[in-house]
Amino acid sequence: MIPGSFSYHRPASVADAVKLLSDLGEDARPLAGGHSLVPMMKLRLASPAHLIDLHGIAGLKGIRRDGNNLLIGAMTTQHDLLESQEVAGSVPILCEAALLIADPQVRYRGTIGGNVANGDPGNDMPALMMTLGATYRLEGPQGAREVAAADFYQGAYFTILEPGEILTSVSVPVPAAGHGYAYEKLKRKVGDYATAAAAVVLTMAGGKVATCTIGLTNVHETPLLAVDAAKAVIGTSLDAAALKKAASAAEAIMSPAADARGPVEYRKHVGGIMVTRALQRAATKAT
Amino acid sequence: MNDMTPTREQRTAALEGMGCKRKRVEDVRFTQGKGNYVDDVKLPGMLHGDFVRSPHPHARVKSINSEEALKVPGVLAVITAETLKTVNLAWMPTLAGDVQMVLADGKVLFQNQEVAFVVATDRYAADDGVNKVVVEYEPLPPLVDPFKSMDPDAPVLREDLAGKTTGAHGPRKHHNHIFEWKVGDKELTDAAFSKAEVAIKEMISYHRTHPSPLETCQCVCSFDKVKGELTIWGTFQAPHVIRTVVSLIAKLPEQKIHVIAPDIGGGFGNKVGAYPGYICAAVASIVTGKPVKWVEDRIENLTATSFARDYHMTTEIAATRDGKVTGLRVHVLADHGAFDACADPSKWPAGFFNIVTGSYDFPTAHLAVDGVYTNKAPGGVAYRCSFRVTEAAYCIERAMDIMAQKLNMDPAELRLKNFIKPEQFPYHSALGWEYDSGDYHTAMRKMMETTGYAALRKEQAEKREAFRRGETREIMGLGVSFFTEIVGAGPSKNCDILGIAMFDSCEIRMHPTGAGIARMGTKSQGQGHETTWAQIIATEIGIPADNIQVEEGNTDTAPYGLGTYGSRSTPVAGAAIAMAARKIKAKAQMIAAYKLEVHEDDLEWDIDGFRVKGLPERTMSMKDICWAAYNSVPPGMEPGLEAVSYYDPPNMTYPFGAYLCVMDIDVDTGVYKVRRFYALDDCGTRINPMIIEGQVHGGLTEAFAIAMGQEIRYDDDGNVVTGSFMDFFMPTAVETPHWETDFTVTPSPHHPIGAKGVGESPNVGGVPAFSNAVNDAFSFLGATHIQMPHDYWRNWKAAKDLGAVA
Ligand SMILES: Cc1cc2nc3c(=O)[nH]c(=O)nc-3n(C[C@H](O)[C@H](O)[C@H](O)COP(=O)(O)OP(=O)(O)OC[C@H]3O[C@@H](n4cnc5c(N)ncnc54)[C@H](O)[C@@H]3O)c2cc1C
Repeated sequence: MIPGSFSYHRPASVADAVKLLSDLGEDARPLAGGHSLVPMMKLRLASPAHLIDLHGIAGLKGIRRDGNNLLIGAMTTQHDLLESQEVAGSVPILCEAALLIADPQVRYRGTIGGNVANGDPGNDMPALMMTLGATYRLEGPQGAREVAAADFYQGAYFTILEPGEILTSVSVPVPAAGHGYAYEKLKRKVGDYATAAAAVVLTMAGGKVATCTIGLTNVHETPLLAVDAAKAVIGTSLDAAALKKAASAAEAIMSPAADARGPVEYRKHVGGIMVTRALQRAATKAT
Repeated sequence: MNDMTPTREQRTAALEGMGCKRKRVEDVRFTQGKGNYVDDVKLPGMLHGDFVRSPHPHARVKSINSEEALKVPGVLAVITAETLKTVNLAWMPTLAGDVQMVLADGKVLFQNQEVAFVVATDRYAADDGVNKVVVEYEPLPPLVDPFKSMDPDAPVLREDLAGKTTGAHGPRKHHNHIFEWKVGDKELTDAAFSKAEVAIKEMISYHRTHPSPLETCQCVCSFDKVKGELTIWGTFQAPHVIRTVVSLIAKLPEQKIHVIAPDIGGGFGNKVGAYPGYICAAVASIVTGKPVKWVEDRIENLTATSFARDYHMTTEIAATRDGKVTGLRVHVLADHGAFDACADPSKWPAGFFNIVTGSYDFPTAHLAVDGVYTNKAPGGVAYRCSFRVTEAAYCIERAMDIMAQKLNMDPAELRLKNFIKPEQFPYHSALGWEYDSGDYHTAMRKMMETTGYAALRKEQAEKREAFRRGETREIMGLGVSFFTEIVGAGPSKNCDILGIAMFDSCEIRMHPTGAGIARMGTKSQGQGHETTWAQIIATEIGIPADNIQVEEGNTDTAPYGLGTYGSRSTPVAGAAIAMAARKIKAKAQMIAAYKLEVHEDDLEWDIDGFRVKGLPERTMSMKDICWAAYNSVPPGMEPGLEAVSYYDPPNMTYPFGAYLCVMDIDVDTGVYKVRRFYALDDCGTRINPMIIEGQVHGGLTEAFAIAMGQEIRYDDDGNVVTGSFMDFFMPTAVETPHWETDFTVTPSPHHPIGAKGVGESPNVGGVPAFSNAVNDAFSFLGATHIQMPHDYWRNWKAAKDLGAVA
């Protein structure tokens, strides 16, 4: 549990960071909160020769409302999310999910940018960002681009980030007023990744589901949008049959790995239950 | 008397002696981060060692190439078995009479086994070096399932034992067999079963787990070439034993070895034995002439140093139809991994597992234990329990529940019916122990009354009906556990470690000003000895506990002792402390008599000094006697006031307790909630109620972890898959249930202060309470026995197998 040697860089601007990353190539990695990267380095599963610490870049941190969007700088910590009135008021599901990430020590250091850029299927924010229809701003040697969260993830630890690119901010469309939401996460203990988790954002009209989006965490090599499951509940009052249909539609797209959290069958089964419970709880919050 | 004269109550309170909830004196430094642990030891020129470990569970080592490693800046040496052979240390003896490779000698026998030791100027360089050592392996078929160890065609694990038909504990039946241990009357027991009106039989497994102290195993070895002396700072629960073992195996004179165990961050049995890291660091220091530090990381601790349990217990109880037990028959298959590295007293290959008759009056019993080798890490140690007592308690407590179920009887009622009665003590058990004292019925009834047991059963019955009607998906379980421990190893007539009797010791020196220092052969790892030992002395000799400095862990200054594990400190060293204090008091009485000019027999003890019988005004305080001891002792008496006691206990002590766990389980997810946990402990005389409560809280938390998910698991290929706290269940404050504690007091009749020890009771009694709660919850759906650990997915699987979830 001792990392190999590396050089440490602390650029003061995104441009400098991008330049360092491009110049140093494959051997360089951005360092945010370090709570995913450093454990990997200690196990020597990652041995970057250069760490480009993003903490020196002033513009990367902060939360602000921009019209109908919430803009979150990549270096904003999970703790910052929990402290923000703006987040609590406009996208409360972010707080709910952030509170289920690890423990206070991890949340003080871990950043939203690191969490979504890492590509770890166990991370909670990616599926949530897909559910919310968020976009990521990526800045690299070829300039900047905006990418939908739903298009970002390609495989475990494998994203569309190009060499030299940095994720600089996340833009979250603020859900409709009166929306209902829930993030249901089954985990073995504080500090554990999800056995399975489901994010639900919905609106209700006349006792029936009007719109609904469902995201799934840690039941596949990438975060998932459970499109069919969401379709199955639209127009229903979330009666038992609709819930059952949604759960099986969600389970049908899950392909978790068997691990110490349980065999595949169990993880899918509880994945379905998380969907059911998230739908039910979200509905009670909708107005 | 004026207002200034303290009352007797005030004088007693000022001592902070036995029975006082004295605050832990060691916490002043611990809570400020000022403890001094092994890793805090930093010596000039100190080097660091780290291991190359095997990725294979079973393989031949074809070659080890250190060339590239030695080119890494800072790397000074790579030690292999070949190096160790030059000093005859490639193998070392285990405490269980086996031998163990220090570094892979021709073969590796478990994943993460130590293969080479890289020595470098700092920890980073050492690790870089480790990554550059090239080892060529030829994989061999791994043996993972202990039930297949003795198959005729099972791979040969221990080639060093080829042709050896006898081991340390008698004949070996197979090349992977270690020992067979039999106790009890087989014929009588078999007869009881053939006559039995009712019998149950179940294979009850206690899975492999690990003590996992937060501070891992570590040491600093410093060899002084000029003086020929070796100093070892280490995480040692038994520092004197380590000194003797090092002397015997390294052939160094024992007076030239100094072992120091500084503050220890938890031991739980993990720090009793000797590990390859200690030997390698010592050899590296001798070779380089520099101090060498070895510090295990978490993965190494969980996967290479001693595991615990891994007992597979086929258990049978015979009984009459109305629920009187008539016989107990147990066969244990014990998985020891690649080397038998138990830290049991030498003559006890399965520890004190023959306490398996528990709290019940079994007229006859028979026990057989077969120890076998597998391709897993060596062990197993006593994880917060007296040797194999946790396994035994789990075995009998689970089996009693199974019998109750079969008889359609309440498990508490079955226990009450079969308890050893108060008038039967001292009680001779069918498997050979003499229980010192107990009042089980009172403890059990107190538990049942305090928890409202009958009402809980009623609620459970209603919930079961509701579940059947489909109104709830939650099931409720009540886990009853009534354990009897056997601790305080132990009497020299049956307990020794490598030939050294398992006494313990105390030396007390009183200083002229009425203060003193006391040293023991034990070693606290968090138990609070600095606090409680001083309390015993305070009550015995009337000097405030605050004035007694307690010191442990330095073999140069402490009297020889066998260390702290197996809940032996209070039963053995606690007795030595009282006896040493009584010697002080006896001499003090002579001095007081001389000073007060009366006959010794005319004096009586009064809280903190002596007074003349019938003349309560004529007193001499212990404080004044201390002063007098250094200037005016009676003619012919040696000055000074000190005493040493080596205590060989006449018997073990037998703490007991009644626990109840109330648990709710969601069958759809397997998620459980411990609604309530009540623990009544009887540990005899209570020295410090607050420390007892703390010990019970800690032990219950471990028991909760073990029963509900904590395991060391291997996949079918022999890879260990639980190498970090992500997967090895270590509950945080969030998961840990609320603990309710209670007590009764049944002093030990043979212990000088009547104390029995408590540190391990909650782990021993807790595990069956949790497991019985889970099993009880599922019993109405048709379950008889569900194996531990009861983590979420396994609970769900149990529900699924019983048809309770689709
Ligand atoms: C004990 C523990 C439990 C945890 N449990 C959870 C959990 O339950 N749920 C959860 O979601 N997370 C969990 N985490 C992970 C935690 O949230 C991490 O902090 C987070 O995943 C990564 O954020 P970071 O800022 O620490 O990133 P880092 O570790 O610094 O970086 C992670 C990866 O992303 C890259 N990266 C970082 N920032 C950028 C950027 N701006 N642009 C491009 N690439 C970037 C890095 O190069 C690296 O490859 C846990 C962590 C620990 C230690």
